[in-house]
Amino acid sequence: MSNATRTAATLEVPTNVGATKKADNRGVVLRCLFYLLVVAIIVFNLFPFVWALLSSFRPSSELFSTKLLPTALTMDHYAAVFKDARFVAALVNSVVVAGSTVLIALALGSLCAYALGRLPFRFKGAVLYLILTMTMFPTISVLSGLFVMLKTLDLFNTRQGLILTYLIFTMPFTIWVMTQYFRSLPKELEEAAYVDGASPLKVFWDILLPLTMPGLVSTGLLAFIAAWNEFLFALTFTVTDTMKTVPVVISQFAGSTSFEQPWGSIMAGSMVVTIPLVLLVMIFQYRIVEGLTAGAVKG
Amino acid sequence: MIKEIDLYARQKRLAWFLIMPSVIVVLLIIAYPTIQVLVYSLLKYKLDGVTPPSFVGFDNFAFVLSDPDWWSAVSNTLIFTVVSVVLESILGLMIAMVANSKFKGRTLLRVAILVPWAIPTVVSAQVWKWMVNDIYGVVNIVLTDLHILPEKIAWLATPATALPVIIAVDVWKATPFMALLLLAGLQLIPKDLYEAGSIDGATKVRQFWAITLPLVTPTLLVALIFRTLDALRVFDIFYVMVGGQGNMATMAVYNQQQLISFLDAGVGSATSVIILVIIMLFVILYTRFSRTSFE
Repeated sequence: MSNATRTAATLEVPTNVGATKKADNRGVVLRCLFYLLVVAIIVFNLFPFVWALLSSFRPSSELFSTKLLPTALTMDHYAAVFKDARFVAALVNSVVVAGSTVLIALALGSLCAYALGRLPFRFKGAVLYLILTMTMFPTISVLSGLFVMLKTLDLFNTRQGLILTYLIFTMPFTIWVMTQYFRSLPKELEEAAYVDGASPLKVFWDILLPLTMPGLVSTGLLAFIAAWNEFLFALTFTVTDTMKTVPVVISQFAGSTSFEQPWGSIMAGSMVVTIPLVLLVMIFQYRIVEGLTAGAVKG
Repeated sequence: MIKEIDLYARQKRLAWFLIMPSVIVVLLIIAYPTIQVLVYSLLKYKLDGVTPPSFVGFDNFAFVLSDPDWWSAVSNTLIFTVVSVVLESILGLMIAMVANSKFKGRTLLRVAILVPWAIPTVVSAQVWKWMVNDIYGVVNIVLTDLHILPEKIAWLATPATALPVIIAVDVWKATPFMALLLLAGLQLIPKDLYEAGSIDGATKVRQFWAITLPLVTPTLLVALIFRTLDALRVFDIFYVMVGGQGNMATMAVYNQQQLISFLDAGVGSATSVIILVIIMLFVILYTRFSRTSFE
């Protein structure tokens, strides 16, 4: 399958022509099987998404029939979704909450990561270990503690309250991944600046921060996706329609009758919140993979 | 020399100064609530704003541990975790090996496997719920048209069919993450090992068992820990697909219901403590296992 093994195979000088022909045939069959596997994987991964996209454009009359392929397409469900005040408010809430969470996590987290990755201080190993543990901390375990805390701070059912709680899973992750980035930069860069008499803070701001831009982008993207998709806290810590985020509203879409759920609207709403993410993934594919694996493989 | 010592002292001071904001936030939102949960778990604490909290010792734990709904939640969570993590590892390794070989359309494959990962869990749960809809769902229509099923099934109505569907959703959603981590692990394996293997006449199958699998195992273990801890606290998929049906909860769903539906912070906190202990047991088990397998 890999190039290396194929060149190794061609190094063996063939002794008779018939054998190579047979090997060639086998190669073609294997190649076909391999591509079949590739197609199977792509279909398996994309089918539910494509099916939802298709459903979101089908008229209700067709949606609730047993026909598989659409004969007509409509934008009705999208119009309905954007006329729904709850959904529009949720979109705004999600953007504000996820956006602010990422900005705060990056600002505080990258300062902390600079210290952990570049500066000398005691207990560094212990702090790093603690942060790694926190990246895996189960959020359900602090649910009642946060619930009471938000009530006493008067932050229950507010965006600020959600932003504060979202730092639980974005901060440790940001610090951990950004520390890896700061560590990977060569030492010579700052040494030259220190010789010229620059202060550590100036070195951070002028030299190291610009170099970790790619890291900030991938960490920020991952944190944004995590905050955008979060459900448990949003469901537990908001009650009024004006404060809910998109995942909560999508989980609670209900039709005019209690018998049938409005699947067209649910699919249209789902696509509205998913398509931006899919586009982000397509554009920043490389950066996202880098950020996802930075914590696990290097650590 | 003096200047160097001076710089070192300044760096040290700055370090503490930079770490402080993060430490304060983390203490406020993780350490403090955790201590509160430990305290609440020993209290009779109704969130109705009427009854004042009172100390009841381990009564809340006794309540949870004698509740049949809790035990069905534990069993659902464990079955879900073991089956989905095993399937995700096998499929993830397969996809990673395919994505690691050179062929036309490799980028398309890599983007395609990222799509399920990026879709919000609530959305994937709703999409699958629609696909397995008892009357209009594509799964039922196709399976009955092909005569694989004699008649349409209400997949989410009973645990026996709902659990496999829920596991399928999780496998669909989380396999990409597994595949990406394993792909990064595969790329660390030196190519000349395979060259040496082929020269010695080792078949592809033999190369997989002798080279790929042992060398990718450390990455696999890390990925396994991440996924297991994630699966043990599963909430979104179950909540959206089967809602509050009594015997279809998970540990996290049970916990959230105690807190929000029954407004019981005491029992809710006791449940949180038990979940935390179970998760810690898994971590210890994994670290033990990975140590013995590497020494």
